[in-house]
Amino acid sequence: MKTLRDVWLVFLRYWGIFIRNPAWVVIGVLQPVLYLVLFAPLLKSIAAVPGFPRGGAYNVFVPGLLIQLGMFGAAGVGFSLIAELRAGVVERFRVTPVSRFALLMGRALRDILMLLMQATILIVLSLPFGLNIHFTGVLVVLALIALLGLLMASISYACALWLKSEDSFAPLIFTATLPLLLLSGVLLPLSLAPGWLRNIAAANPLSYAVDAARAVFNDHLGDVSVEKGVLIAGVLAIFAVALAVRSFGRALA
Amino acid sequence: MTGEAVIETRGLRRVFKTRKETVEAVAGVDLRVFGGEVFGFLGPNGAGKTTTLRMLSTLLQPSGGEATVAGCDLRREPGRVRERIGYVGQKGGSDPQVSGRDELILQGRLYGMSKGESVQRAAELLNVLELEDCADRVGSTYSGGQRRRLDIGIGLMHGPRLLFLDEPTTGLDPQSRARLWDEVRRLRDSGTTIFLTTHYLEEADALCDRLAIIDHGRIVAEGSPDDLKRQVAGDVVTVGVSGGAEEALKLFEGQDFVREASAQADGTVRLYVERGETAMPAILRLLDRESLELKTITLTRPSLDDVFLRQTGRSLREVAA
Repeated sequence: MKTLRDVWLVFLRYWGIFIRNPAWVVIGVLQPVLYLVLFAPLLKSIAAVPGFPRGGAYNVFVPGLLIQLGMFGAAGVGFSLIAELRAGVVERFRVTPVSRFALLMGRALRDILMLLMQATILIVLSLPFGLNIHFTGVLVVLALIALLGLLMASISYACALWLKSEDSFAPLIFTATLPLLLLSGVLLPLSLAPGWLRNIAAANPLSYAVDAARAVFNDHLGDVSVEKGVLIAGVLAIFAVALAVRSFGRALA
Repeated sequence: MTGEAVIETRGLRRVFKTRKETVEAVAGVDLRVFGGEVFGFLGPNGAGKTTTLRMLSTLLQPSGGEATVAGCDLRREPGRVRERIGYVGQKGGSDPQVSGRDELILQGRLYGMSKGESVQRAAELLNVLELEDCADRVGSTYSGGQRRRLDIGIGLMHGPRLLFLDEPTTGLDPQSRARLWDEVRRLRDSGTTIFLTTHYLEEADALCDRLAIIDHGRIVAEGSPDDLKRQVAGDVVTVGVSGGAEEALKLFEGQDFVREASAQADGTVRLYVERGETAMPAILRLLDRESLELKTITLTRPSLDDVFLRQTGRSLREVAA
């Protein structure tokens, strides 16, 4: 009960900070929209190539974009935490009886809510391009994005608490996210990839989320890849949350 | 609460391990801080002040030793310690993007206060700390002094009986510093025990009822600023009389309140005494009785720097520079 109250209080604080600067929602959604407008048309002509999944270019590409948004939208949230470390805010909270779980979860919920707003904008913008999706499918995909957001935000916060400086945090995030992106099949489906590349990609949890989202967008809600994608994201998110909560509880220099 | 030990430590230690070496930042500290006093921790940067304070405020796990803080065992009940203490870190703790009022209200609620209570208490503190004018502006618009007062307000929201202040006046201009000293004294007078660290001699001297001097992770001296200075050499009274120093010197040498007397080149007599304030009347009476005319008399006290110098062989002013 106290924990829930703490989560709510921490969430409200960060939601309040976000509301002062809602421009971030638009900035965050700008990149996927650019992909949608400037990259997706290229896929139209190769959608006929053997090995390209069925469903048409947009129903294949937009789910990937949404997953990308979920992952990378949350990967950078640690930056704001480093500024707070420097201002002594984290230390101040750690001396209060506030739950350590709430310190993470209150923030992460704000991040997730922001991602969901962005994802909804992206889906709506994709409709005129010929995206087909029904309401249940949207909910499943949003749930998947929320899990990925929680996973990435937790890892991002844990790294920020560990590194404590933007100078080392930024290269870490950029270096770690690029292979995740390339091996996820977001840009081009991995069904086009040679066998060895597909084998490496199989180790990338993100690729399962992309598969799951594509299955949903192609009206295969019951497909095993959906369960698999959600389950993998969920289990990893639990581990990431545990790691980040521990970091919030531990000593900071 | 007054007079009882609010903080008690026995052999408190903290070791930091880096890749190459092990550093003992705090090497066995025994302390007692009593209810209702301003207790200062004085020492150069890196002496172990902040590390000790962070251990006592549950931010850092001790590597060894024991401590009781606000009636609770530090290692076994850190949660209960947190409920009872206030802490204001060196870096402050308020977010530049959030208004002072919102910071205070949130802080109160994190300690379990209801929204109404918290709003009311925040208004009270904003009034007392004279922050009403900027209460609803975001923190980035505050002056250094305002920011510091807000940080202290945040530490006071839940009305703790024990407040930790880590380097509270570092970086403040002299005016804001004096203002903050007044605030600390007012808190003490209202019954709050204050544990602060500082590397300013003047601050330790002016503000603290008792203090401990720490160097290389060890306490080298402890007591009230006056006691500490007296331990060093006592006070010095310099007396100038008409008719030269010889006669006066002979007169003073026999007195039991004078530890040592010497004639100075400028014709004055330098007397080392136990307590300057009681020695001065005696000196005046003595001169009067012997009908010697007093021309000048000055009392100088050793500074805390002399204490530090004597205990560590180094001057704090040099170490700090």
